[in-house]
Order: sequence, then C-alpha cells, then structure tokens
Amino acid sequence: MSQNTPARRRLRRALRPHISRTQLLVGLLCLVLGFGLATQVHANREESEFAAARQDELVGILDTLSQRSDRLRAEIQSLEQTRAELEQDTRGEAAVAEARRRASTYAVLAGTVPVTGPGIELVVNDPGGKVTASMLLDTLQELRDAGAEAVQIGGVRAIASTYFRDASGRGIVVDGQRLFPPYRLLVIGDPHTLSTALDIPGGIMESLRSAGAEGVVTQREEIRITAVRAAASPQYARATRDGDRKNN
Amino acid sequence: MIAAIGLAIGVTLGLVLQPDVPLWLQPYLPIAIVAALDALFGAVRATLEGVFNERVFVVSFVANTVVAALIVFLGDQLGVGSQLTTAVVVVLGIRIFSNAAAIRRDLFHA
Repeated sequence: MSQNTPARRRLRRALRPHISRTQLLVGLLCLVLGFGLATQVHANREESEFAAARQDELVGILDTLSQRSDRLRAEIQSLEQTRAELEQDTRGEAAVAEARRRASTYAVLAGTVPVTGPGIELVVNDPGGKVTASMLLDTLQELRDAGAEAVQIGGVRAIASTYFRDASGRGIVVDGQRLFPPYRLLVIGDPHTLSTALDIPGGIMESLRSAGAEGVVTQREEIRITAVRAAASPQYARATRDGDRKNN
Repeated sequence: MIAAIGLAIGVTLGLVLQPDVPLWLQPYLPIAIVAALDALFGAVRATLEGVFNERVFVVSFVANTVVAALIVFLGDQLGVGSQLTTAVVVVLGIRIFSNAAAIRRDLFHA
C-alpha cells in the first residue's frame, strides 16, 4: 500500500498538463510514433502479402509465380498445337470440298443427277423404220467424239454402259427400254461443235438420209436432261489409289 | 498528458491520411515502431517510479528506433535480415513485457 500511493500520485501528476519544451518534444515523438503505428497497420492490412514479406519469402512467392507461368506457358503451347491441328483439319475440309467437286463431276458422267446446259436437240424421224441400233450407236459415238457431256435418248440417260439393240418389230431397245421413232436425243455440249460433227460429209446426217430417215438438229441455249440413273456400285472393279490420280 | 494527446493525434492523422509507406522504409518501420513502443513503456514505468526524465526518454526513443532499424538494415546486408528482425522483436517484446509487468506492479501492487 505504501508503494501504491506514490505511483498513482505520480501518474496523476504526469497526466496534469504542464507545458515545457521537453514535454512538447515528448508529445511530438509520441505523435510520430502514433502516426507510424497507424500507417504501418494500414499498410500491413493493405498489402500484407508483399509489403511485409522479407526477401526469402518474396523469392518463394516469385518461385511459385514463375512455376505457374511455366505451367501456363506449357498450356499455351498445347493449345497452339491444337489450333495448328485444327488448321490442318481445315485443309482436310478443303480436301472434302475437292472430293465433293469431283463427286459431282462423276455424278454427271455416271448420269445419277439431272443436268442442264447448252447443247442440241436431235430428232431422228424414221417413218420407214429404217434406223437400226447400230446407227443410233454411231450417232452417240459421234456425239461423244464431239464432246457431248450428257446425252438423253428418249427417256433414257446414256451412260458408259448404255447398249442399243434392235427390237423385234419396230423400234430400238436402249438399256432395256423400247423406244419408237421419232427418236429424240438431248445432248449437252458445245452446240456448234456438236451440230458440225453430225453434219460432216459421210457423217451421221448423211447416213441417216441415205437410209431413208431424217435428222433434225436444233441448237439450244439450254438443254435440260432430267433422266437419271441409279449409281451402280461395281461388283468386281476396285479403284487403285495411285491409278485414281494418274488417270485424272 | 501532452504525450497521450500527441499519441492520439498521431494515430488519428495516420488513420485519416493513410499515407503509403515509402519502399526504403518498409522493412524498418515495423521494427522502429516496436522499439518506440518499448521506449514508451519504459517511460511510463519510469514515470510511475518517479524517475522519469524527458531527456532520457527522448534519447532512448530516438536511439531505440535508430538502433533497431540499423540492426535490421545490417541483417539485410548480411542476408540474415528476417532472423535479425525476429531477434529484435523478441528482445523488444521481452522488454515491453517486463516493463508492462513493472507498471502493473506499480499501479496495482500485484
């Protein structure tokens, strides 16, 4: 109790304001301390992760970050690889487009699709029934020689395997279908070349005339060939890979 | 009294202004503050024991902060900055604790 009293009395006396130069100095120092304290607490709260970290901690943080950036860089690389593969796939799409283009060409040749284009219409009037299967075949060959790309005879699309046969009695059998005169041929190709090819001396028109029939050629801006064939998949023949290209 | 007012004003200023700690000061400010706190507690104890001297307080305050910062600076140069910081904090912490214990004994006699 004897020590208690002087300590409290001294505290009370110290809390009593009495201004002197050193008291002001002490106050100033305490002000600086308080300011620093608040600043540090604030800074610590604001960026506690880096500001308070020492060098080795920062090195550790940096290490972690660089590891992470390495991982991300690897990810970028793999994504770029994927992108390159996808771009190659775009070239694959080009191949598909090319294949489609060729398929449509082959479809025209195989007669599986209706076609349209410039060409001629050839009507063979045969009142005496003099026109034979071989004459029609010759006509078709002549037209093919002249660059005919698609031919329709009557209601039959002429393709590579088309055959002609004299029917018993009147008419001609084309690919199993019996046709009667007048025979009407729709041909797509260069109209001028086609009609010239038919008109050459000793050609189709002349032989038709000498046989007693008559061919009438009309050049047309647009010929529509609507007859189609079902695509027959070959039973024996198989395409070879390089042969496929060389023959093109 | 003026000391307490100064402390309060300082804390208020720091909270209101919220200044950024300059980069060169960042490693040393916390240590300097702990050293200053040690000086402050020592001053309170001296006041209670009737041996407070303003001159001693000012000198010990400045010397404590400067020496603490210097030790940390030296430690940083030697590559043992974080260990020395810990050492300084431990020593100052022990001193603050013993001062606080003395203050408690003086005031409450317990």
